[in-house]
Amino acid sequence: MSDARRHDDLQEPAWLRWALIALAILVMLSLVVLPLLMVLGAAFAKGFGTWIASLTQPDAVSALKLTLFTVAIVLPVNAVFGMFMAWAVTRFEFRGKQLLLSLIDLPFAVSPVVAGLCLVLLFGSSGWFASLLQHYDVKILFARPGIVLATLFITFPFVVRELIPLMQQQGADEELAARSLGAGGWTMFRRVTLPNIKWGLLYGVLLCSARAMGEFGAVSVVSGHIRGLTNTLPLHIEILYNEFDSTGAFAAASLLAGLALITLILKFWLEARHGDALAKSHRRH
Amino acid sequence: MATPLRNPIVDTDRAVTEQAIAIDSRGRSTHVTTAHSTAPVEPVTLRAGDSAPHAPRSGMDLHLRQLNKHYTGVAALDGVDLHVQAGELVALLGPSGSGKTTLLRVIAGLLHPDSGQVLFGSDDATRLSLRERNVGFVFQHYALFKHMTVAENIAFGLRSRPRRKRPDKATIKRRVEELLGLIQLPGFGDRYPEQLSGGQKQRVALARALAIDPTVLLLDEPFGALDAKVRVELRRWLRQLHERTGQTTLFVTHDQEEALELADRIVVLREGRIEQVGTPDEIYSDPASAYVFDFIGRANVLEGEVRGGRFHLPGHARTFSADGVADGAARLYARAHDIAPGSDDDGIGARVVAAHRLADRITLELRVEGQARPVELDFSATPGLTTPAPGSELRLVPLRYRVYSA
Repeated sequence: MSDARRHDDLQEPAWLRWALIALAILVMLSLVVLPLLMVLGAAFAKGFGTWIASLTQPDAVSALKLTLFTVAIVLPVNAVFGMFMAWAVTRFEFRGKQLLLSLIDLPFAVSPVVAGLCLVLLFGSSGWFASLLQHYDVKILFARPGIVLATLFITFPFVVRELIPLMQQQGADEELAARSLGAGGWTMFRRVTLPNIKWGLLYGVLLCSARAMGEFGAVSVVSGHIRGLTNTLPLHIEILYNEFDSTGAFAAASLLAGLALITLILKFWLEARHGDALAKSHRRH
Repeated sequence: MATPLRNPIVDTDRAVTEQAIAIDSRGRSTHVTTAHSTAPVEPVTLRAGDSAPHAPRSGMDLHLRQLNKHYTGVAALDGVDLHVQAGELVALLGPSGSGKTTLLRVIAGLLHPDSGQVLFGSDDATRLSLRERNVGFVFQHYALFKHMTVAENIAFGLRSRPRRKRPDKATIKRRVEELLGLIQLPGFGDRYPEQLSGGQKQRVALARALAIDPTVLLLDEPFGALDAKVRVELRRWLRQLHERTGQTTLFVTHDQEEALELADRIVVLREGRIEQVGTPDEIYSDPASAYVFDFIGRANVLEGEVRGGRFHLPGHARTFSADGVADGAARLYARAHDIAPGSDDDGIGARVVAAHRLADRITLELRVEGQARPVELDFSATPGLTTPAPGSELRLVPLRYRVYSA
């Protein structure tokens, strides 16, 4: 029996193969590609000029600015704390490590609305820290800090979950070798640890930024929806949509989708180029 | 020291790469080019005097005092005392779980002992961190820095020194070149670890450790990840290297052959204690316990008892001297090649179960009456000798043996 023949035997009949592939493509087209095209279609329905006009109106600009501002804070914070956390978990043994590991996934498990409500309970006018905040006249809810905190909570796991399997897989030997050769902590981190995890870190940061830009639920609870002040891009879209300004809503939506697409392309490039330097388990995302 | 040293390492995947190097380094590195232009397939010839980074020197004494280390109830080290002399090459030998790796890691400062002291010369290093000890540690899986070239790997220790103690760039570069010569990989400086074979990686790891002029060199199962052929070549090379550098060196192994061939002295460990310390000859020919006897090579064991300084085998008339062994149940240990066939009125009666003939050797598997375990006998196949057939009777005389209390 030839190899080619045996290979055929292992496969399903041709008609089934083609049917399955066609079904997969159909589902992708109707559930993902078509809606995305519809968004773009609706965004440009009244011409390019209107699209530009909807995006340059002050509320839209301030929403975009707030979204980028949030991302600019969330990314470095999550990157740094993600590294600390991954370091602690993979390099040390301590009590409660398993508990910590399960807590990392909490933001994925909890509904974003619940996460937002937790912040309200902590920082709201009748919350735990209410008197303290009032005393120092600090506003967290219905202001930028609340939005940043909510986004931080939601996106925290991305970097850590990318780095932990990667650092586990690489082991501590290279770091110990660096120490035994006389390197201090900073030299070891800069010249050994960071180069080993940089692509994994970038990958985690990309996923984190995609989610940070698109986060709706938690941010919606804490934002207060003050136009021009505490509206992020997703909240801005919702408001416009509720007010039957579909052109404006879809224009903003196309911008958000565009940002997501850029992230996706970067992610593809990273996987194709440096796939071997990413954690083996990265495909679960 | 100026005698030419022929590269003992001829691993097959290396012969090819070496040729490639000879071509692209032609004109740059004269001794390499000469070696290859006369006989391109020959391994590199190096003049030892050219590349030895320092003349043989005394190194430093190492004292271990009453080291203890416990892991949740299990003693990994149990009162270990050891003195390693400057310039010695010592093997820490034992099965897994004997504490040999723990001991090496405690000396390096990778682990801290629960109690006891590690002294380098007369300095107490027990409280010093890994970074402060200045030991050269070579990991079993090399732990080379993947994203750095071979030269950058070797230079890492010198470059990581605080600014006032750091040599200038030219000195570092020269030192790296010297070490590349020493490990017989000249011209490999620009390669990355993934472009090297296992044996080459291990030598780079060694050069990286030697670059910092370590107090002691510690090797954790240095040949464990290599295939059999490379392993034998690399350990002979390491022995030669040690003779040139005179570095106080400890290495961990579970392979008694490796320890016997390579080490000046062997430390046999058992459950966190030192069972015996001695030269390879002492360990092999005079094992202090049944455990060492069994671990260091294949052993035949005969069960019996000692009465009045003689070992009695149940059901056999022949007795054996057992001076200094207390009365009671005992075991006689003898190696397969230390047992000879005897005459009718001498020795222990045995029946041949199976005979294995190798090119130059015959191994007989025999059953001795009253013994649960079979006995193996090994002798060289001299011309005219016929292999005894299975089922035939034979008398055995252990020429060299040891009796230990059971």
